[in-house]
Amino acid sequence: MRQLVSLFAAVVAVSSWANVARADVDAAVVKAEADRIAVVAKARDVAVAVFAPGGQGGGSGVVISPDGYALSNFHVTKGSGDAMKCGMADGRMYDAVIVGIDPVGDVAVIKLLGRNDFPCAELGDSDQVQVGDWAFAIGNPFLLATDFQPSVSYGIISGVRRYQYPAGTLLEYTDCIQTDASINPGNSGGPLFDAAGRLIGINGRGSFEKRGRVNVGVGYAISINQIKNFLGHLKSGRIVDHATLGARVASQADGRVAVVDILEDCDAFRRGLRYGDEIVRFGGRDIRTVNAFKNVLGIFPKDWRVPLTYRREGKNYDVVVRLEGLHSTEELISKVQGKGAAPQPQPDGPMPEPAPDAPKAPKIQPKKQGGPRPRPAVARPNAAPMPKEVKEVFETHRGYANFHFNKVERSRTWGRAVARGDFHELTGPWILKGELAAGGDAELRITDVLSSVTMPGGKLELPINDDLKNATDPPGSGGLLAAISIWRRLLVLGPEKFGELTYLGTVPLPTPAGAQAGPPVLADAFIGYVGGVEARFLFDPKNGDLAVVEVYRDGDDPCELHFSDYSEVEGRQFPHRLEVRYGDAVYAVIKLTDIKLEKGEAK
Amino acid sequence: MQTLLKCFLTARPKIIPFRLLAMMATLAFCLVANSNSATASLRQVIAQTQPKIVKIYGAGGFQGLEAYQSGMLISAEGHVLTVWSYVLDTDEILVVLDDGRKFKAKLMGADPRSELAVLKIEADDLAHFDLPAAVQAESGARVLAFSNLFGVATGDEPASVQHGHVAVKSQLEARRGVFDTTYKGAVYILDAMTNNPGAAGGALTNGEGQLLGMLGKELKNSLNNTWVNYAIPVDQITKTVDDIRTGKFVRQTADELEKKPEKALNLELLGMVLVPDVLERTPPFVDAVRADSPAAAAGLRADDLVLFVNDRLVQSCKAMISELEFIDRIDPVKITVIRDQDLVDVNLSAPAEKK
Repeated sequence: MRQLVSLFAAVVAVSSWANVARADVDAAVVKAEADRIAVVAKARDVAVAVFAPGGQGGGSGVVISPDGYALSNFHVTKGSGDAMKCGMADGRMYDAVIVGIDPVGDVAVIKLLGRNDFPCAELGDSDQVQVGDWAFAIGNPFLLATDFQPSVSYGIISGVRRYQYPAGTLLEYTDCIQTDASINPGNSGGPLFDAAGRLIGINGRGSFEKRGRVNVGVGYAISINQIKNFLGHLKSGRIVDHATLGARVASQADGRVAVVDILEDCDAFRRGLRYGDEIVRFGGRDIRTVNAFKNVLGIFPKDWRVPLTYRREGKNYDVVVRLEGLHSTEELISKVQGKGAAPQPQPDGPMPEPAPDAPKAPKIQPKKQGGPRPRPAVARPNAAPMPKEVKEVFETHRGYANFHFNKVERSRTWGRAVARGDFHELTGPWILKGELAAGGDAELRITDVLSSVTMPGGKLELPINDDLKNATDPPGSGGLLAAISIWRRLLVLGPEKFGELTYLGTVPLPTPAGAQAGPPVLADAFIGYVGGVEARFLFDPKNGDLAVVEVYRDGDDPCELHFSDYSEVEGRQFPHRLEVRYGDAVYAVIKLTDIKLEKGEAK
Repeated sequence: MQTLLKCFLTARPKIIPFRLLAMMATLAFCLVANSNSATASLRQVIAQTQPKIVKIYGAGGFQGLEAYQSGMLISAEGHVLTVWSYVLDTDEILVVLDDGRKFKAKLMGADPRSELAVLKIEADDLAHFDLPAAVQAESGARVLAFSNLFGVATGDEPASVQHGHVAVKSQLEARRGVFDTTYKGAVYILDAMTNNPGAAGGALTNGEGQLLGMLGKELKNSLNNTWVNYAIPVDQITKTVDDIRTGKFVRQTADELEKKPEKALNLELLGMVLVPDVLERTPPFVDAVRADSPAAAAGLRADDLVLFVNDRLVQSCKAMISELEFIDRIDPVKITVIRDQDLVDVNLSAPAEKK
């Protein structure tokens, strides 16, 4: 008893000593501590512990919208399969489904189900992150969060704009953030926050060499700004590809970064880039090393248009280059989903595919990743049957992680457009008269079977049939007649009856000619195929109006229709200005003054 | 700023004082806010320190031996302090500065006992650490570690920074592979994962960017077999660095003018046979020791690797032979060899000349 009493006295003494010490602490320190606790408490609520069905394997994630969209790593979801279980700090477990994947950038978007009021992270601006900033990682290291309570590790930013070579066949970390906050296996896919609790990156990789797969003070996070560029594409349900310029660059002895190889059928070549040209600026950044170039290239999805400045014989040339896919569509799909028509699920997914010249690994060999990424033991994807609520939001389709979400985004985008103007009854001739900016009158006449244009030079007609591949009239327009027909086709038929048409993702809305380049405005985009050509439709994010139609033929610049000056025509918002661009030139600007859209005859 | 003010002056003269005041107040507030913010000052300390860190590339690149390490500038004229390692065992040592400039570096000297080396590049006006101004740190002190660990940075990319604390300042008890380290002096033991591949030669500073020590090579604790994260305090290495800089460790080109003795020492007199000199820089391994020779009497053995002759570093058979040419045969010579990872000093004298 006496011992107990003295023990009690000792406890009291220690705790009161602690209180005294606390009172001595500078108020600023106490406040800083309280602030940090509050930031971490808020951040814990948005972290996700990802578990494969059956519990063998998993990683981390972070919720970014109240309806449950969450970010993780591709190498985490690859192991967990298309349906996963997600634990959050509220102690609840949610079913989640794969939405889209970026196998090269190692990013996956998943959607947690069952709520529309998920706590979600505020996205930061990772371009503002600097070395020395405090940062913290939250996640599920070593899959410790079996009670769903995430772990927190605090550190500083050790480096920014780091380039990490591809590991295995695909994964490449470009422009990533290096931190000394502990990143261990299981932290993969989890959030890296700045000191204010804003999401600045997704932890996915560490430098692991001889010391086994544990933290060595060097973790890498995919920057949130890169993910913002890819997010629209990821929400399209796609297997998203990264980009190439179509040219290879190398450091020269004098320190210049110069083009040492270029494909003649790429957009960069058409924009004038040639062998030996020095790359000066790319994507708004000065380029002094090959890594800096790769860093810029890695943060953009394919098909994006990115400003490029090159120098030849002392003169700078500013162009905007459309980036090509890093892989052919089939190549990327094969690497992720396997060859042939077999869609997911694949119990033993073939990632990474050995290089063509590498000997094929025996089938029973356990899957080994070449790279030093943290990856807990991988479960057999889809070992457990998919829950009903997940099945309802999951649809297999070759080239897609989950085609269901493509339909979701397509409907959402089209719904906005239709709210501005519903043209499905206007199947009769469309007659658009106006004035050319260059002088003279113009008339466009479009029906289901014929497009015609009358300009001061004369009249041209194009019968609309199954082959628009060579329909490039009027000369110099890149195919205006075909393009306006395709434009009307979408407005009248809608995306479902158009033919093969899907939601592409988001791409920067081209700036009007002569306007100053600001931060890119991202537009929802459709991609469709008709008459042997590819068409893209960009919708203005402000109001949902169809702003741009681009019609592509193989190996050529697209014919671009830029629609603006929308105002009401018989109860529908309709463009009153049409700008036709082809390559570097503006072919025509037509101010529409007389618009007749006729209803079709009832059959 | 000035043009902005001029604009206001011409446009609306009456409003200037107000605007000016507001602008100055905002500016002042920003400055105060910045200096109060711990992160902002950490950013500044790091930004000022990173230009003093260099990336070093040399020999290696096979069997898990990285061909790179870190270093720090210790003079405005391009003296670089780093660790003595196989990476420097080449005539082609490349030093890359923080701004991306590349230099071929010359090895001024190295001390395998304290495992440090000093390189020299031909440059001026470089940001650098001042070794005499280095400070000490107690247990618990917050520290920053700067290095190019894992070779993460290339070209003009800055070195990596990690943060941590001094756990304790203690004697190093560690080993490399199965061997004990040659350096057994005091070290700062750190609570951060600093001593990774490529980190050796990096700088440890306090939170104000003042130099505390140099990150050492990868080592394991000889008691519990865990990796050790440590730095060698500057006071343990200053004297050696000074000795190297003053040319004590390696014969400088100027020394070539030094008069050689009429009758110099040679290997034959000492009874040493080196391995056949087949490379540009054949390491001076002892191939054989003649019986009843001074070398045999002093206990030299085959497979000993000669490091120093009279405390001067000899990196090749040629350097060893040439070094002996400066020593009069009547004088004793101290030869330092490395044997089973231990440094062994022996003193030899050539037998008296027979008339």
